[in-house]
Amino acid sequence: MRTVIADVVIVGAGGAGLRAAIAVAQTDPSLRVALTSKVYPMRSHTVAAEGGAAGVIKEGDTLEDHFKDTVSGGDWLCDQSAVELFVDEAPKALLELEHWGCPWSREDDGRVAVRSFGGMKNKRTWYAADKSGFHILHTLFQTSQQYPSIRRFDEYFALDVLSDGERCMGVTAIEVRTGERVVFTAPAVVIATGGAGKVFPFTTNGAIKTGDGMAMAYRAGVPLKDMEFVQYHPTGLPGTGILITEGARGEGGILTNKDGYRYLQDYNLGPPDPWPRRKAMELGPRDRLSQAFWHEQRKGRTIQSPVGDVVHLDIRQLGEAKINERLPFVRELSRAYVGVDPVHEPIPVRPVVHYCMGGIDADLNAATPLEGLFAAGECACVSINGANRLGSNSLTELLVFGARAGRHAAERARAAAAASESAWREAAEASFERVARLLGNEEGESIAGLRDEMHAITEGCAGIYREEGPLNEARETVAALRERYGRLAVEDKSLRFNTQLFNALELGSMLEIAEVMVHSALGRRESRGAHQRLDYPERDDTQFLCHSLASSQGDGPPKIDYRPVTITRSQPGERVYGGPAQ
Amino acid sequence: MSERTIRLEVLRYRPEQEDEPTWQAYDVPCREEWVVLDALNYVKDHLDGTVSYRWSCHMAVCGSCGMRVNDEPALACKAFLRDYPDHIRVAPLDHFPVERDLIIDQDRFMESLSAVKSWLIPAAQPSEGGEYRQTQSELARFRQYSMCINCLLCYSACPQVGLNEGYLGPAALALAHRYNEDSRDGGRLQRNPATASNEGVWECTFVGECSEVCPKHVDPAGAIQQMKLASSLDWLLRPFRKREDDS
Repeated sequence: MRTVIADVVIVGAGGAGLRAAIAVAQTDPSLRVALTSKVYPMRSHTVAAEGGAAGVIKEGDTLEDHFKDTVSGGDWLCDQSAVELFVDEAPKALLELEHWGCPWSREDDGRVAVRSFGGMKNKRTWYAADKSGFHILHTLFQTSQQYPSIRRFDEYFALDVLSDGERCMGVTAIEVRTGERVVFTAPAVVIATGGAGKVFPFTTNGAIKTGDGMAMAYRAGVPLKDMEFVQYHPTGLPGTGILITEGARGEGGILTNKDGYRYLQDYNLGPPDPWPRRKAMELGPRDRLSQAFWHEQRKGRTIQSPVGDVVHLDIRQLGEAKINERLPFVRELSRAYVGVDPVHEPIPVRPVVHYCMGGIDADLNAATPLEGLFAAGECACVSINGANRLGSNSLTELLVFGARAGRHAAERARAAAAASESAWREAAEASFERVARLLGNEEGESIAGLRDEMHAITEGCAGIYREEGPLNEARETVAALRERYGRLAVEDKSLRFNTQLFNALELGSMLEIAEVMVHSALGRRESRGAHQRLDYPERDDTQFLCHSLASSQGDGPPKIDYRPVTITRSQPGERVYGGPAQ
Repeated sequence: MSERTIRLEVLRYRPEQEDEPTWQAYDVPCREEWVVLDALNYVKDHLDGTVSYRWSCHMAVCGSCGMRVNDEPALACKAFLRDYPDHIRVAPLDHFPVERDLIIDQDRFMESLSAVKSWLIPAAQPSEGGEYRQTQSELARFRQYSMCINCLLCYSACPQVGLNEGYLGPAALALAHRYNEDSRDGGRLQRNPATASNEGVWECTFVGECSEVCPKHVDPAGAIQQMKLASSLDWLLRPFRKREDDS
């Protein structure tokens, strides 16, 4: 067992983790940062974000508008104090990226350009063509190289948060290359491991997005908040689930059903013209658009394809020159993965699991209830996204709260003493013992078998629309799967790059997350944002204007508590899109 | 569901078990729209859980799954089975030590990225509270070189990477050029000691294979030729620049 002593340990080196690391280095270059990730930084899934990052910079746009759009977009489940801070710090966070070299697309006068996005009243989404996440991630990674106090531990798979119940003392990990057991100790730990889309079978998320960090915090006693809210992005490619950015609609793309009809006008998002028009039709919020697909499918108005029903995303009217300038990746992906050149044909698309609004309970300083443990990015829930995130708020979120996590972790590291080995030794051994047990089984359940069964219940029972019966079924199945997980067999016993072992550990985390999602969804007997209950079709502010908080009870199901939403100046109202929103 | 069965041969290397790599064959029932990565995932899920490789995004942007497919460097997630015969061989990228199976040791590349100072070294401070102005033509000067996903196909394709262990390589040099060409940057002379060294652009013999295999059309070969030109001009202008520095 090797011990690495640091002042701040960061788990996850995607957008939020890198931003946090830079913030620590800038706050105090004498603090030793251990930046760990199960992959190289540039493989992190921030890389796949396409459309852009929201921040008020143009004349005519206001922080108040960004606040209102975000709060109503989140169906009033956002903590408004968090949203106020978020919209206020957003422009500076994006400018900082510009100063570090991010190749933002430009206006003719050389200023940063912005585009329209769903649910946003004004143009405020900064973009780098349709590879915004890619450029943000690479800019952050490349910038991070110049800080000697950031020591990277690429390809270290984190296992558990070390805690004595009072404070966080570090994390355990396995070096992927050697299989060596490593303890990272520090008085401050930042979890920045992204979301858990892989809990579902059909997702835009990469293979690595298995909710490891969420599950680490959960096992350490930190509640997971609002986990019933899972966002379906309305436009993924059938079969693969590859994301086709909302920017395609922001630039003027339309959605049509099998009759060539712009069906969104039937779902309180019309009238269709004039187009393009913000907060209407194809520029409505993601939850409403994905739900509209579900209804079209039931009406038999979607288009059948060999890999599931689709509708058409049509961007032909933009013309080849504009598509090449603004949406080159959309063209590349469509041509390669569905054989469609969007210059000449509409792109087949369907809703696909994209983003977890819920996550590790974190406050405005990215601090969790466990002293010394911070969380930022998709794995965290600061509650700026509420029940439905608006497109282009998440890239900004990881910058704003990644930086805050770094600054506050630095503050904590300077104030608190490191824990002694005797304080964490037992917890570390228990953590490694868990891995040893997993490797000890010779025969038993298979990873693919349990994973496929988990996928069947998440998609089948906890998808776009939910109801009590199927959710109860899912609750029983997931409990059984967790029990069977104890008999999982890992045939690969090697130390070096034992990817099967890591897949097994990821599956364990995903089962915990799936169980939390199902229980949180069962508890919320109302429909709000991305959580739609067929048996409780209305929003119920009397009972459920509150966050769900799922706490681990070990091998058993979570305990669900509730906490009121923070409201500062926007009382819950009706979400208005389409004509009346103008 | 299956429309076709392919024979997928994987160059296996498990350092704890064997001294030399060996080919292992799997028969994989495939769907028409599959890529090589899907076939590998089928093997891992259903035939042999010990086969090891890196992957994540499955959309040709994270750069994890570079490997040789029938001897050509390719992204496994963008190598469509329909473009290959029924017998496909996958092997790790060339010119890197192999850690295990299809997984290479990429330390050399990570070090090269830092050696060329692949980050913005500002030429001047931006205006208070605002952005640097950058025209679209200024953006166009470097945009292509900023598209590198660090997949390392170009290192596998480049003969010089194989011949000279110290060579910084196409992707790292292209990224140095990306910053040199950025109107916000003033760091070219700070990058020169690395990029114009014996391990830098002059190692390139302009075979051009790097640009051929690049899945993102970054054209590292073009970047390197432009850097050679700039480096030559630096050398020619050195006496004048010295005088400027003195003044």
